Amino acid sequence: MAVEESDAQLVSRCRDGDSAAWNELVERFSRYVYAICSRGFRLGSEDAEDVFQEVFARAFERLGDLRSDDAVRPWLAQLTRRLCIDRLRLLARDAPTAGEPDEQEAADVLAELDEAMTVRAALDKVGDPCREILDRFFCRDESYRAIGEALDLPAGTIASRISRCLAKVRSELMEGEGGPARLDG
Amino acid sequence: MVEMNGYDEEHIGRLLRLLPPAPEGWVRAAQELPAARAALDELVIRAERDAAFRRQLEADLERAVAAAGFEPSPFLVSRLRRLLEV
Repeated sequence: MAVEESDAQLVSRCRDGDSAAWNELVERFSRYVYAICSRGFRLGSEDAEDVFQEVFARAFERLGDLRSDDAVRPWLAQLTRRLCIDRLRLLARDAPTAGEPDEQEAADVLAELDEAMTVRAALDKVGDPCREILDRFFCRDESYRAIGEALDLPAGTIASRISRCLAKVRSELMEGEGGPARLDG
Repeated sequence: MVEMNGYDEEHIGRLLRLLPPAPEGWVRAAQELPAARAALDELVIRAERDAAFRRQLEADLERAVAAAGFEPSPFLVSRLRRLLEV
């Protein structure tokens, strides 16, 4: 099992000016921020990029305002949500037919993305090679053959590896909460 | 709240698909923010002390930033405009 630094530890190192920690923080949350922009609020690529950069710029400038280092994920989600809504309102002002953002629909997607981040965190704890295999298959849509070639594994074994890795992630999710229990999203 | 028993393997796979990687260039630009912040501090101090440099910034901010040896990234340019009100 990989030893994964907690969000709070990472934030604490960022606050101390550790640039490697900042790189890791961006890496850890970039998918989440990206998905909120593109999937949650359906921003086009250019607007999504602007919001994405602004989220991390503000996060970098205001990390000291964070009340609890553990709360970095909801804090980033809230920051991204607000900036997406601002951007959509600006777009609607310029093109009134675009309409107002559907905040309820976005809230539903955000709840699902939060759940996805919990699974992602469990995958990070499981570590490689499972992280690499599942990331390539589910997040990058790579074929068994491409995964096999990239990781120097027989393509015929990829399906069974994926299945075993999913079982490990499931086990990590359950173990993380002390057994089959409930998990705060 | 999420019911843990609801995490069957198909559901885990579906959730993982929701988080594809962000474009590499976006991630890299965000990771370079600390360096951009340091550049920003340096440029602001110089603009406050050097009237000629400030005039260059007011005339063409991006060019003046590049001439000073810094990459005029969107973060650097937008923050500099805000701070110097140019």
